[in-house]
Amino acid sequence: MAEMIPTPERMKRSQRPMPEQDPKKRVCNFDEVPLGYTTEDAIYEAQRCLQCKPAPCVEGCPAEIHIPQFILKIVEEGFASAYLEILKTNSLPTMCGRVCPQEEQCQRACVYNKMGKPISIGRLERFVSDWARKHDTKEKLPDSKKKSKLVAVVGSGPAGLTCAADLAKMGYDVTIFEALHKTGGVLTYGIPEFRLPKKIVGYEVDKIKDLGVKIVTDFVVGLTKGVDELAGEFDAIFLANGAGAPQFMHIPGENLNDVYSANEFLTRSNLMKAYKFPEFDTPIKAGKKVVVIGGGNVAMDAARTALRLGAKDVHVVYRRTKEEAPARAEEIAHAEEEGIVFDFLTLPVRILGDEKGNVTGMECIKMRLGEPDESGRRRPLPIEGSNFVMQVDMVICAIGTAANPIVARSATSVQTNKRGYFIVDEKTRATSREGIFAGGDITRGSATVISAIGDGKKAARAIDRYLSSGGSLRKSKK
Amino acid sequence: MYKIITKREIAPNIISLEVAAPLIAKRVKPGQFIILLVDERGERIPVTIADYNRENGRIRIIFQVVGKTTAQLSQMNEGDELFALVGPLGNPSEIDNYGTVVTVGGGTGIASVYPITRELKEAGNRVISIIGAKTRDLIIMEDEIRKASTELLVTTDDGSYARKGFVTEILDEVLQKEKDVKKVWAIGPAPMMKAASEVTKPHGIETIVSLNAIMVDGTGMCGSCRVTVNGETKFVCVDGPEFNGHLVDWPEFMNRLARYEKMEKHSFEAYRKVCGEENG
Repeated sequence: MAEMIPTPERMKRSQRPMPEQDPKKRVCNFDEVPLGYTTEDAIYEAQRCLQCKPAPCVEGCPAEIHIPQFILKIVEEGFASAYLEILKTNSLPTMCGRVCPQEEQCQRACVYNKMGKPISIGRLERFVSDWARKHDTKEKLPDSKKKSKLVAVVGSGPAGLTCAADLAKMGYDVTIFEALHKTGGVLTYGIPEFRLPKKIVGYEVDKIKDLGVKIVTDFVVGLTKGVDELAGEFDAIFLANGAGAPQFMHIPGENLNDVYSANEFLTRSNLMKAYKFPEFDTPIKAGKKVVVIGGGNVAMDAARTALRLGAKDVHVVYRRTKEEAPARAEEIAHAEEEGIVFDFLTLPVRILGDEKGNVTGMECIKMRLGEPDESGRRRPLPIEGSNFVMQVDMVICAIGTAANPIVARSATSVQTNKRGYFIVDEKTRATSREGIFAGGDITRGSATVISAIGDGKKAARAIDRYLSSGGSLRKSKK
Repeated sequence: MYKIITKREIAPNIISLEVAAPLIAKRVKPGQFIILLVDERGERIPVTIADYNRENGRIRIIFQVVGKTTAQLSQMNEGDELFALVGPLGNPSEIDNYGTVVTVGGGTGIASVYPITRELKEAGNRVISIIGAKTRDLIIMEDEIRKASTELLVTTDDGSYARKGFVTEILDEVLQKEKDVKKVWAIGPAPMMKAASEVTKPHGIETIVSLNAIMVDGTGMCGSCRVTVNGETKFVCVDGPEFNGHLVDWPEFMNRLARYEKMEKHSFEAYRKVCGEENG
């Protein structure tokens, strides 16, 4: 068994990097890029932890993971118990270990961060959860009494899965309604295989089913049944249907044939497995010269997918600079390593095409940064006369999503804001209608998996309080 | 789930299926569609709901074999189950008592126009229906449409049955004769819907078309089905599928329908080859 090492020695160590697939090889496959820590890597990294009390890292984690405790168990080589420690608060550890922006959450709060070498909490979480998956480590659930109250969860993404899992552990009878034919929401249709393998998503979903959660697929709340109807059948409802609707730039040429929203491009590739066409039936175009518009993680995912589909040349255009780009630094670095070219301070003004609808180019204008805007970021301003044409044959628009109104339309007295997102109490995720709660992207616009998980946890607690104190949607008069 | 209850080949390569889908059957209205998946590796394809029975919980879909997915679907039998079926999607037709209306169905578009026709007549309209296909064998649902409308006119492109000519020619004649047509529905292949919109435009009669765009999720999430209507981008799945035909950017819509033509052809040919080998 490994042991804690003296503090001065801990401080001397630097962060243990995680092995990754070689960039030249990985652009030819859809396999996962980071390969994960070895046991030795994990212990080495875990030994660096100072076991702070109180632990600032936990404050930075929306999933409230008992971080120092699970890290200590890694040092002690108790990997199964490290996993169970994580599971106490987080039902989706294999995902968080992969796609959370830890550098903005737990690792930013880490005391080592000032020295620029925070504990690699995400990599350790990933190591532990992968170890548990390989060893089929199962959680022993306390025999919480089955409760008779029924809860409906709308959407099987990270917020919905978390809320459902937490409520099921408390003994509630939970049903998730999913519009697509597969579960996982953005984890399934949005995040590519090379960042989050779908068999892992399947594994986590299966575990949640093992808790007794029922999942109904092919059920569009708002069309198959409305929220108001569900309110007559369930005691509480959690709305976590995602933001969903892709935004476009409203520039000429945007409906040419080979202009995709990132949502369409990624859904075809990830959900429908179009990258395996014709083995799978859904087609996808593989442009030769592809340009992706946007600076977020979705833009990186789309660009890197295009490369793997066989594009020779992939550019990302973003109207601000690298500093303002919302994508994780790690994702931008991965994209750069793979040969993706970034054109910062560049704004598309129109897409050019021929009469058959083929894309032949994209006209852009150069930008410069002016004074800060409401978001605090310096406002990009066009440089007059700097227009130029990029020769491209495919354009992917990854400039964000908006609220899809289908669910909200079917929910009487659940208030939304001007942009169509549900208005909620920050702490309880309660909406304006008693018994109905909401979380994830449909309450704040495109955000992170971890913030959705945090919402799911808060909602589960609030739903428990509501139901324990006698509340019931189906029995209440509207 | 989604069990095929009855299957009939109602014309060469045109199949009618009744599928058990109680939740959809309960809520569906004319003009709406479903998305189905034949198997796990399949493509999500939208199909208009041709009929429904709220009592026995069944919906009816009618499709022509045009590619791999429809070919696979045509190989399924009564008792088999679809991998996925979701709906009802899209907005219902705006049914009202307008007075005299014309419904036009071309090819398998006849199946789409049928429930709209029936509902329009039930709402008190005088409904003149025009249906047409390439040739006699491909005229479907003639008796049903006849019953559902006030007056039925049938046409075939080759003159092998009823009148010779396109549905749009008959539509033109009807509009010359009938001076009080309030609204027209025209559903069929894109060139037919475009031509029908051109026929009605000089008469200033509102003309509703139902766009058969390429979709993935069908719930407004991907934008595959976008189309320019009156200069604005709309999503067929959530803003449609019905639009004013006079305002649709038809060249753009038809270009976008052909986006995957080569791949679809490749997929269908590969499937036929494999199936041919298996059967031979």
